[in-house]
Amino acid sequence: MPRIRVEVDGATYEDDVEPRLLLVHYLRERLGKVGTPVGCDTSNCGACTVLMDGMSVKSCSVLAVQADGSDVTTVEGLGIDGTTHPMQRAFHEEHALQCGYCTPGMIMASLDLLRENADPSETEVREGLEGNLCRCTGYQNIVKAVRRAAKEMREPAGQEVTP
Amino acid sequence: MIPAAFDYARPASVDDAVRVLADAGEDAKVLAGGQSLMPLLRLRLAIPDALVDVGRIGALREIRDDGDALVIGAMATHHQVIRDPLVREHAPLIAAAAETVADPAVRHRGTFGGSLAHADPAGDLPAVALALDAVFLVRSVRGEREIPATEFFVDWMTSAMEPDELLVGVRVPKPGPGWGVHYEKFHRTAQAWAIVGVACAVRRNGGAIEEARVALTNMGPAPVRADGVENAVRGRPVSEDSFRSAAEHATEGTEPPGDLHGSPEYRSHLATVLTSRALAAAAV
Ligand SMILES: Cc1cc2nc3c(=O)[nH]c(=O)nc-3n(C[C@H](O)[C@H](O)[C@H](O)COP(=O)(O)OP(=O)(O)OC[C@H]3O[C@@H](n4cnc5c(N)ncnc54)[C@H](O)[C@@H]3O)c2cc1C
Ligand code: FES
Ligand code: FES
Repeated sequence: MPRIRVEVDGATYEDDVEPRLLLVHYLRERLGKVGTPVGCDTSNCGACTVLMDGMSVKSCSVLAVQADGSDVTTVEGLGIDGTTHPMQRAFHEEHALQCGYCTPGMIMASLDLLRENADPSETEVREGLEGNLCRCTGYQNIVKAVRRAAKEMREPAGQEVTP
Repeated sequence: MIPAAFDYARPASVDDAVRVLADAGEDAKVLAGGQSLMPLLRLRLAIPDALVDVGRIGALREIRDDGDALVIGAMATHHQVIRDPLVREHAPLIAAAAETVADPAVRHRGTFGGSLAHADPAGDLPAVALALDAVFLVRSVRGEREIPATEFFVDWMTSAMEPDELLVGVRVPKPGPGWGVHYEKFHRTAQAWAIVGVACAVRRNGGAIEEARVALTNMGPAPVRADGVENAVRGRPVSEDSFRSAAEHATEGTEPPGDLHGSPEYRSHLATVLTSRALAAAAV
């Protein structure tokens, strides 16, 4: 069995894995990171989105062996130590979730979008999240939340310029 | 679902990869970005004995200038191709079509070579490769061979490559002066495959079309060149009328599929309308 070494949410893990083990199952079943759900068998829904070396990937479409040597961030890697990430706060404040199943993937895909575009328009948010399906919200509040978080991340509160 | 068990190899070089493929036999598969293969494994529509992961062979990701052509490494991701300055300058049709593929997460992992080797008739890049007269560079333990785009796509999900061959790159000729290009894709929802797509490259000389290459996505078991359109538009003036009448030939020799996205008749109608639009946009 191949042995892999990955960094997940700031901690390093070394494990023997079967080649067929999907990254999402490794995260959920071996590391207990159940914050990342599985929503489909076809790579369509995006619920399982995580960042791998800083870029969004659908963790159901990557083998754990392919992640060997990578740095993975799941939704559980945000808001550690009792703090909340501005993106998590914005989803809460804008009511950008109902059942919450799509939310971890939406949040990780949104962070990926802001990496390349710190101030996305409504259309750019919709295009950036085209790989993430939500069956509840109708997307309106998700778009609002992402733009709100983007604003907050550009101009962090409490950083007013001192006169 | 969980894929069936398979052996896994991660060769470090192209030489190693083709040796592993030769030893592994018919039921081994190359693993590129995995964005088409992984769903097939999960649904157990594919049950290979072994996967040969070429994801760590850095040389396969290179995009280089080769004089009168670009050579795009098979493992260049869609994400990389869209942003590559050489591709944007010399093969903007590839960047434009790759932008319409799937969604950002899939484009981060899915590769240019994988979308061609997969030979999915609904894939966007095969028709683009046809319209650009690209040449496929293929390696095996027997050596390297070149396959012109017109001979690469054989049938539904079937390319002219042997099971032990690895696509290493694609040579795309740089267009000379006067060429314009366009990819016209019709789909109904975000992140969706083309119901029909038209890739088009035309060379203008003043007010006339001197040469055109037109290829169709999802109008048969394999992407096809629309020879009838190409012949009909050659020598005609650049005008709405020329494009519309040439586009009437778009369905010649096609076998459009019928599925829940559209009937063969609907696809034929789309092919005609989209071809006319693509010619007009490419000829601007
Ligand atoms: C949700 C979703 C939406 C999508 N939408 C689109 C779309 O709109 N348009 C579109 O064109 N595509 C779409 N795709 C497919 C995407 O473009 C894939 O990236 C592509 O089809 C396969 O590339 P890959 O690198 O992931 O190949 P893989 O999945 O790794 O491989 C695919 C096949 O090609 C073979 N192969 C791959 N590379 C080589 C090589 N170098 N040599 C020999 N054989 C090789 C493999 O053995 C396998 O059989 C979509 C995919 C998903 C998941
Ligand atoms: S679970 Fe649906 S894309 Fe991964
Ligand atoms: S909140 Fe239920 S799927 Fe998005």
